[in-house]
Amino acid sequence: MKLSTTTTVQGRGSGTLVPAGPGGISPDASAPGRGSGSRGTAGRRTAWLLAAVVVLAVVSAASLAIGARGLPLNTVWDALTNFNPEDGNHAVVIARIPRTVLGLLAGAALGLAGAAMQGVARNPLADPGILGLNAGAALAVVVGIYVFGIGSLTGYIWFAFIGAAAAAVVVYAIASRGRDGATPVKLALAGAALSAGLFSLMNVILVSSQDTLDRFRFWQVGSIGGRDWSVLLPALPFLAVGAVIVLGGGRVLNSLALGDDIARGLGQNVGLARGITALGIVLLCGSATALAGPIGFLGLVIPHAVRLLTGPDYRWILPFSLVSAPILLITADIIGRVILLPGEVPAGIMTAIVGAPVFVWLIRRGKGAGL
Amino acid sequence: MAILNAKDLTLQYEQRKVVEGLSTEIPEGKVTMIVGANACGKSTLLRGLSRLLKPAGGAVTLDGKDIHTRPARELARTLGLLPQHPTAPDGITVRDLVGRGRYPHQGFFRSWSVADDAAVQRALEATDTFGLAERSIDELSGGQRQRVWIAMALAQETDVLLLDEPTTYLDLAHQVEVLDLVTDLNRSRGTTVAIVLHDLNLAARYADHVIAMKGGRIVAEGPAIDVVTEELVFNVFGLESRVVPDPISGTPLIVPIGRHHASPVSTNELEIAS
Amino acid sequence: MTALKSAPETAFDADTSPKHPDHLPLRRVLSRTFFLRPTFFLGLAVVVMFAVYVLLGSYTVTIPDFFTIVINHLTGGEKIPGASFIVMEHKLPRAVVGTMIGVAFGLAGALFQTMLRNPLASPDIIGISYGASAAAVTAIVIFGASGAVVSGAALGGALGVAAIIYAISRGGSGAGGGSRGNAAGNRLILAGVGIAAALHAVVNFLMTRADIRTAADALIWLNGSLNSATWDRAGVLAVSLLVLVPAVIALAGPLRILELGDDAAAGLGIRVNAARLGLVLTAVALAAVATAAAGPVAFVAFLAGPISRRIVRKPSLPASALTGALIVLLADFFASNIAPVILDGTVLPVGVITGALGAPFLLWLLVTSNRKEA
Repeated sequence: MKLSTTTTVQGRGSGTLVPAGPGGISPDASAPGRGSGSRGTAGRRTAWLLAAVVVLAVVSAASLAIGARGLPLNTVWDALTNFNPEDGNHAVVIARIPRTVLGLLAGAALGLAGAAMQGVARNPLADPGILGLNAGAALAVVVGIYVFGIGSLTGYIWFAFIGAAAAAVVVYAIASRGRDGATPVKLALAGAALSAGLFSLMNVILVSSQDTLDRFRFWQVGSIGGRDWSVLLPALPFLAVGAVIVLGGGRVLNSLALGDDIARGLGQNVGLARGITALGIVLLCGSATALAGPIGFLGLVIPHAVRLLTGPDYRWILPFSLVSAPILLITADIIGRVILLPGEVPAGIMTAIVGAPVFVWLIRRGKGAGL
Repeated sequence: MAILNAKDLTLQYEQRKVVEGLSTEIPEGKVTMIVGANACGKSTLLRGLSRLLKPAGGAVTLDGKDIHTRPARELARTLGLLPQHPTAPDGITVRDLVGRGRYPHQGFFRSWSVADDAAVQRALEATDTFGLAERSIDELSGGQRQRVWIAMALAQETDVLLLDEPTTYLDLAHQVEVLDLVTDLNRSRGTTVAIVLHDLNLAARYADHVIAMKGGRIVAEGPAIDVVTEELVFNVFGLESRVVPDPISGTPLIVPIGRHHASPVSTNELEIAS
Repeated sequence: MTALKSAPETAFDADTSPKHPDHLPLRRVLSRTFFLRPTFFLGLAVVVMFAVYVLLGSYTVTIPDFFTIVINHLTGGEKIPGASFIVMEHKLPRAVVGTMIGVAFGLAGALFQTMLRNPLASPDIIGISYGASAAAVTAIVIFGASGAVVSGAALGGALGVAAIIYAISRGGSGAGGGSRGNAAGNRLILAGVGIAAALHAVVNFLMTRADIRTAADALIWLNGSLNSATWDRAGVLAVSLLVLVPAVIALAGPLRILELGDDAAAGLGIRVNAARLGLVLTAVALAAVATAAAGPVAFVAFLAGPISRRIVRKPSLPASALTGALIVLLADFFASNIAPVILDGTVLPVGVITGALGAPFLLWLLVTSNRKEA
C-alpha cells in the first residue's frame, strides 16, 4: 500500500512529457523500471508458451505410442520418418495419427472458442455451449439418426455442424433484438433457453425411439477415436478461418471486457465486433463438435486456468488456450485408452474426469473469478 | 450516545496490510472528513469502522462495545453506511430502493409501518428525489442515482452515518447540496457523520474535524484550520499549493500551483515536513 | 407470505405514476393492488390448471363427481367404480406432486438467480441436479434400483454435491479478504458448473455402459417424470415444503437487502455470510426434495424465474413459485393427454415438455420485451 502511494505521487510529477524541471519531483527509476517489468512479463509469458508447445509435442508423441499396444518412442519415430508397410507396429502408429491430429484440432478449437466466448459474454458460466451450439448439434444428430437413419460417424458430421450453426444464428438473432443489441445477458439467456428447448425436442425423439437412443448415446459422450482422414480434411478450412478470426480478436476482446460503453468510447463497433467473434466461435466449436461430439469441459476450464497464468489480457489468453486445451484433451484420451483395458473410456468423459480436479484446485486458489 | 472508536486497528486484505496500528475516535455529533491520496487506506478505514472488514488486529468500538460482537441489525440501527459502489437490482424503483434502508428497523413480526413510510418520505424529500420516487433506477442519471443511494442511507436513520465518497458523479452544485444536506442532518438531529471525500476544499469547508491519512496511518487530525496546511497537502498528496482563507467561510482553501501557471516555491523547506 | 408483501410495494409502472405528493396514501393502496394483480392471476391460473388437470384429459370427471369421490374417499363412503381409482390414485396425487415440485423448483431457481445475481444460475446449471442425476443413474444402471431407492440416491446425490460445491467455493484463499464484490458468488457458480460438467460426463458414460432398456429407463428418470407420484411421495414432499417454504419467507427479507450488494447489505445489518448460507441451504434443499420426488424436471427452476419476472415485471419469489407450478401442471397435462395423440401413444415424461413449452415461451418473451435488461 505504501508502495503504491509513492508511485502515484511520483507518477504525477514524472510524466513522460516533462524533463526533470525545477519544481517537479525528479523522475526516478520507476518509469523505466515499469517498462522493463512489462517486457519481462512478456518474455516470461513467451517462455511459458514455448514450454506449453513442447509439452504438447511430447503429449502428441505419447499419443502415438501409448494404447492397447504400447510402443517405444523410437518405433514411433521410425514409423514417421521411415515407414515400413510390412511392420505391424508402424501400421499401429500410422493408424493413431488421425486420432492424435483430431485431438490437436478439436482441442485447440474448443480452447480458443471457449476463451473467446467468455470474452464475448462476459460471464463465467459462458462456454460455447451457451450459444446453443451443443444443443443444436445434438438435436441435428438425433434427427439424422431418427429420420434419415444415419448410422456412421461421417454421416453425423454435416448434421452436427449445420445444427450447431443454425442454433447459434437463432440465438444471436433473438439476442440482437431490442434496443441494445446482443448484450451479454440477453445472449446468455437466449442461448440457455434455446438449448433447453432443443434438448427437450431431442428427448422427445429419444424417449420414443430406443434405436435412436442406442446410437446417439455413443455420439453424446464425445470421443476422438474412430475417425479417419476423410472426416478430418473437410473440417480444416472451417477451423482455419475460425482460428484466424478469433486469434486476431485479442484486442477487440480486451476492449469488450471493459464493458460496452468503454469499448464504444475506445472506438469499437461493439455489435460488429461481437458478431464477428461469434462467427469465429461457431466455426471453431461447430467443427470440433461435429468431429468429436460434445466435449464440454475444455472450453470452460482451459480459459479459466490460462487466465491465472496470463492475467486478463486476451492477446495472451487466446494463444495459451489454443495450446493448452489439446494438451488436456490428448492426455485425457491417452488415459482413457489404457484405464479400462480392453475397453476404452471416451475422451469426452476423461476430459471431464481429469479436468474436474484441476478446475476445483483452480477455483480454490484463485482470488474470485473475475473476467 | 454514539461514540465510534478505533483502537490499534490493523486492517488487511489477504496478506496485504492496508491500515496498521491506527487509533482514532470519530467525534460525536460532528462532521468528520477523512482525506488522503488515492490508495492511502481511507476507504479501508471506513470499511473497518463499519464492520465490513474484520480487523486483523485491534478493535472498533461503538459506545465502548466491540462492533463485531453486537447483533448486526441492532448495530445497523445506530451505524449506517453508504459504500462506494453499491449495486442496484435490475428494474428496482427509487421508492423501493430507499425503502430497503428501513430493513434494520423491521423485524420478523414487525413489518412495514407508517413510521417506515414517513422515514422514506423524509429521505426522499431531503435528497430532492421525491419526484423520482416511482421511476426505475436504470432510467436515472448518475447524479440522481447517487442522491437516491444517499436517500437510502438517510432512511436508515442512524446516529452515526459513514459515507464513502458520496459526491462521486455529482456536479458541483449537487456536491454542495449533498454536503449541506449532511450538515443539516448533523445540526438538526445531532447525527455523527464521517465522510471519505476527495475534494479537499469541500472537506475543509464542511468538516468539524479532519483526519488526514497517508500510507495507512493518520498523519494529522483536528479542526480543518489546524490540519489543512501547505505542508500537509504536500506531505499527503505530493502537491505544492498555497493555502488561503476561503472567502466565504474562512476555512482553508487549497490553491494548487501546478507546473504551468507559477514558478514553484523551493521544495527544500517543504521536504523537511515530509 | 406476509414478509414477502410487507415491504414497500412499488411495481407501479413508471409511465402511469401521477406526481401528486398529497395523494400518497391513496396511491400506495392503489399500488398495492396493482402489485397484487399479476401474482394473484398467476395463483388463479395455477388453481384453474390444477382443476383442468384433475377433471379433464383422456378421462373426464365432472365437478360434482369429483367432490363425491373425494368426500366418499375421506369418509370411507361408496366408491364410483373406475372413477374413484383414477382420481384418487392417479390424477390427484399426480397433480399434487406436480404442483409441489413446481413450487419447489420455482423457488429454488429464483433464490439462486437472485442471490448469485446471475440469470443462468439455477440448480440445473450449477450442478445440484447433476449430483442427483449421477447418483440416481448410478443406482439404476449399476445397482438395478427403482422407486424409492432411486429417490433416496437422488436426494443424497443432490445434497452431497451441494456440500462439495459449497466447500470448494468457501475454502479458497479469498475468505479473509472481506466481501468485495461478488467473488464468493462467482466461485460458487464456477464450482457448480465445473462439477456439473464432470457429473454430466459420468451420466453420459453410464448411459453407454448400460443395456439399452436400462438406459431408456434412466433417460426417463433424467428427464423428470411424475409417473411415480403417489400419496406417500406427496406426503413426504408436503412435510418438506412445510419446513422449507417458511424458511424462504423468513429469508426473503435478507435476500432483498443482499441484492444491494454485500457492502450495502452489511451496512444495513445483514450478516452476509450467514444469510447467504441460509439461502443456499434452503434453495438446495428445495431442489433436492423436488428432484428426489420426480427427477430433475428439466429447466423448471431455470425458466420459472425469468418468465415470472416478465409477467409481474419484477423479481418475485411467490410469482416464481406459482410459475413453476403452472409450468409443471401444464406440461404434464400436455405430456399425458395430448402428446400420446400426436406421438402414437407414447406417454412422454413431463420434463421433456417443460423444456419444449417453457423455452419457446421465454424466447418469445425475450424477443417481444423491449426492456433494457431483458
